[in-house]
Amino acid sequence: MLFRTVSELVEIAEKDGISISEVMIRQEIDVKEKTRKELYDEMEKNLQVMESAISDSLKGVQSVTGLTGGDAVLIQNYMEQKTPLSGNLLLDAVSKAMGTNEVNAAMGTICATPTAGSAGCVPGTLFAVKNQLNPTREQMIRYLFTAGAFGLVVANNAFISGAAGGCQAEVGSAGAMAAAAIVEMAGGTPQQSAEAFAITLKNMLGLVCDPVAGLVEVPCVKRNALGSSQAIVSADLALAGVTSRIPCDEVIGAMYRIGKQMPSALRETGEGGLADTPTGRLLKEKIFGMSV
Amino acid sequence: MKYNSVFDIIGPVMIGPSSSHTAGAARIGLAARTLFGKQPKWAKIHLYESFAKTYKGHGTDFALAGGLLGFATDDSRMNNALNLANEKGLQIEFIEDSASSNHPNTARLIVGDDNEKLELVGISIGGGKVEITELNGFDLRLSGNHPAILIMHNDRFGAIASVTKILAKYQINIGHMEVNRKDVGKEALMVIEVDQNIDDTILRELQEADHINRITKIVS
Repeated sequence: MLFRTVSELVEIAEKDGISISEVMIRQEIDVKEKTRKELYDEMEKNLQVMESAISDSLKGVQSVTGLTGGDAVLIQNYMEQKTPLSGNLLLDAVSKAMGTNEVNAAMGTICATPTAGSAGCVPGTLFAVKNQLNPTREQMIRYLFTAGAFGLVVANNAFISGAAGGCQAEVGSAGAMAAAAIVEMAGGTPQQSAEAFAITLKNMLGLVCDPVAGLVEVPCVKRNALGSSQAIVSADLALAGVTSRIPCDEVIGAMYRIGKQMPSALRETGEGGLADTPTGRLLKEKIFGMSV
Repeated sequence: MKYNSVFDIIGPVMIGPSSSHTAGAARIGLAARTLFGKQPKWAKIHLYESFAKTYKGHGTDFALAGGLLGFATDDSRMNNALNLANEKGLQIEFIEDSASSNHPNTARLIVGDDNEKLELVGISIGGGKVEITELNGFDLRLSGNHPAILIMHNDRFGAIASVTKILAKYQINIGHMEVNRKDVGKEALMVIEVDQNIDDTILRELQEADHINRITKIVS
């Protein structure tokens, strides 16, 4: 049976006594007629791209426009010299999530998770929690299958692109996928993954996509700081036993309806929100040499 | 379901900055090249809504060019594709079209050379995934999830049967099929999504079947 909703996904996992990642792997073997080894190899390649994007960002990158780059390095330096108020693990995830998106803005190679603009949340959290949970390589690959399983449900029942549903659909989905994956890696139940996903996405509802000059830079890079930190907080909440009063699938439905109600100026057209501030307009004029 | 693989979500590996506007655009360009069957000499590309407003910042222009040159989403030549197109004799014109479209990320590509041309509409639905919604004036719904064959044929008795008979002979299972025509007895298009890849001997046999004009294969 193919899962269409989060409740079906959790139900299959519970009935068969397997993890969310295992449900995803078995479905992929079935649908794509591939072997488990082929799937692992393919995901391993994605994992390597994520790893090298992070390590590139820590050497420092700059986008062509000069709008973004270098923040991941600043945060890492701060962590070495001071004691961060938000904690090392959380800030490490934030720096790696932002770093991935700095590489993206600099037209480097990244793995879209689920999109390029939100590509920092899943790898940023993965490589931060890795230091505390000490996962095997297989567990790291499973992290991506778990994130992907939840991402599939959102993509098929709502949307994952800012142009279709605003930033809630991009960074909202990415952060929620990361939260669900953290829970599984930390030993939580499939239902707890669903709670973490729901809590994250609820807190992202209504987030608009308003890129300055239409570029995937401002505010996208720092929105990945939001997605990755919210993911870790929500994962902790779910592992502590906190549940979402609104079931996961209903949260996804709410996200979809909000996206449908969002005017096009706030869906990746670069016309509203931060793009339409005096500074946002000035930056666009500077970059493209035209008035707006 | 629009998305059926975990790698639609975790992936593709790509050159930034936007999966919809860069990776998706490259895939639409590549679909046009595949369907045209060779590198076109010229391309007129109409961009709508979010594509029209942000294509420069997102690199949608070089990505479409990269696709037309046959580049995959992670090809490192991608952000130099506009220059490379010039070098390879491909003239591209971008038109910011203010007409409304059903999807915010829509591109209409008219590509051709001295002898023929092809018109295609593609939408980039998120995460680098695309759908081809129109080909030479025919509406279609091509997901790209499965291998597909596109058959331009004449609307005559037996045209469809001659195709399905050949597929049956080679035990090719049809997953989805649609037939569209411009008018009774005129030019028509068959779109057949299949479960397995179709090899060239089968394509040649299809090409020679009654009332068939042209066949293109798309590998998922």
